[in-house]
Amino acid sequence: MTESPTPSANDIVKEVEVSGLRLAYGGKEVLHGISFDVYRNEILAVIGPAQSGKTSMLRCLNRTIDFTASASVSGSVKVGGEDVRKMSDVFALRRRIGMVAPLPTGLPLSIYDNVAFAPRCSGVTRKADLEPVVEKCLRQAALWDEVKDRLDSLGTALSGGQQQRLTIARALSHRPEILCLDEFSIAIDPVTTMRIEDVLKELREEITIILVTNLTQQARRLSDRTMFLLEGEIVEIDATDVIYSGDAKSEKTRDYVNGVFG
Amino acid sequence: MSAEPRARTARAVRPRAAVLAEKALEAVIRLSGVSAIVFVAAIFFFVLREAAPVLFSEGFSLKQFLFSTEWYPTSATNVRYGTFALTVGTVSVTALAMVLAVPFGLGAAIFLSEFCSPRVRETLKVVIELLSAIPSVVWGFVGLTVMSKLIVSATGAPVGVNVLNGGIILALMSVPVIVSIGEDALKAVPDSFREAGVALGATRWQLVYRVLLPAAKNGLLAAVLLGVGRAVGETMAVLMATGHAVHIPGSLLDSVRTLTANIAAELGEAPSGSDHYRVLFLTGTLLFLITLVVNLTADFVVRGIRRK
Repeated sequence: MTESPTPSANDIVKEVEVSGLRLAYGGKEVLHGISFDVYRNEILAVIGPAQSGKTSMLRCLNRTIDFTASASVSGSVKVGGEDVRKMSDVFALRRRIGMVAPLPTGLPLSIYDNVAFAPRCSGVTRKADLEPVVEKCLRQAALWDEVKDRLDSLGTALSGGQQQRLTIARALSHRPEILCLDEFSIAIDPVTTMRIEDVLKELREEITIILVTNLTQQARRLSDRTMFLLEGEIVEIDATDVIYSGDAKSEKTRDYVNGVFG
Repeated sequence: MSAEPRARTARAVRPRAAVLAEKALEAVIRLSGVSAIVFVAAIFFFVLREAAPVLFSEGFSLKQFLFSTEWYPTSATNVRYGTFALTVGTVSVTALAMVLAVPFGLGAAIFLSEFCSPRVRETLKVVIELLSAIPSVVWGFVGLTVMSKLIVSATGAPVGVNVLNGGIILALMSVPVIVSIGEDALKAVPDSFREAGVALGATRWQLVYRVLLPAAKNGLLAAVLLGVGRAVGETMAVLMATGHAVHIPGSLLDSVRTLTANIAAELGEAPSGSDHYRVLFLTGTLLFLITLVVNLTADFVVRGIRRK
């Protein structure tokens, strides 16, 4: 494991600090004590083949791992300097982290209700408060123009790409500090993917993005830094330019980003 | 390679037997599907055939049959066949049963599917299945003896067999149906919905009423409808628990008679082919139509929800 260098060392704020994170399902350990930081307003790409523990790592961040009875977690995960496992209001934590799943999962509600879901859960119920939020999030996710005339039709009736953008709008609706995208593009076409990527580039101004992806080129296009996770261990984390330049420290990283394996 | 052309021709032919078997299987499946419609139509036809002659007989009026409360099928001087009180009896007992059973049933379904530990769930499911396996006549006993005494001592009513008693017994009989179908409906909601809801910061209860109930509404409605069906159609238990008095109930503590109980109690006494006999069959047709209306209404409601 390599210590991550700091690209512009002066104003770096650590949004997420993970240290010694171990995760086991039953007796089988899938994360073997990983440590890394995510800086505020960066896009950190997490690459690695299937079964590397990428999704499990995300689930430790927002503590949805709690729902897997067999999972045992040790080490620490801090979000905004606070240990997530010591937080009393786990629901508030989850609202600070937007999560986009690999497959688009529009909830079986109207488009409007989908986006208004999280604000409502946190207690915002007045129509006048909700409407601007819904519009803003749908605009941010580049979906507003396509759905503005049918906000009350079912979210699940949208096409795959639209649903994925709806999921992103929904993930933004609680104004998260961190947005986690878990292989968001595997179910959508390249054109929509590029649109969403543009959205992400704009969002970087406001929030921190963790982008888990199987597409090494996507990581290269978007991210500031890239972390290569393999079999539950961090092989390398460095500036994306370095990882892809052929100067990566680990031979495994060079092979993976060049498509030799994975 | 030399084997290639042979392999190609060999692959192209499917065994004739397999083709035929598939066709036969398809036909069988089609037949079983169509048979459901045939059976319903046949039952309706045969019940209506027994009832039809009375519709055209002298002195019978459909208006009286539907809207009169006077049920005197064996009067020597003035025979009257008014089933309105019986319809009201059925509706009132069913309505009370549903008021009690739907909250408990759906609540139990939600608890089983979302809130309880796997061990508790397995135990409870066994108990609930046992509950639904109790024969209705045994429920009748419970109504007639246990429940009736409880009602008399709790309310001071003169008799313990009444709407309240029948409603409670029917509720106890419907709850297991609602719970098991309702739990299936909730379990059928994809876990991705749960995960999405949770990731958006929903608490357990918010997840239930904002995600699961809307997602499972069709299945839950089906569960409630099956419960209603059970309550409307139940005969023996209500015959024993409701007091069997032809009377429009003024309160929960009045005795009533239901359409089903009336048929069961009187059909044995009515001479085959008599007007009385035929009117009882007509009552059966009426029951059939009531369930049809309930189901159709529910279907329209579901469609309405779906379109939205």
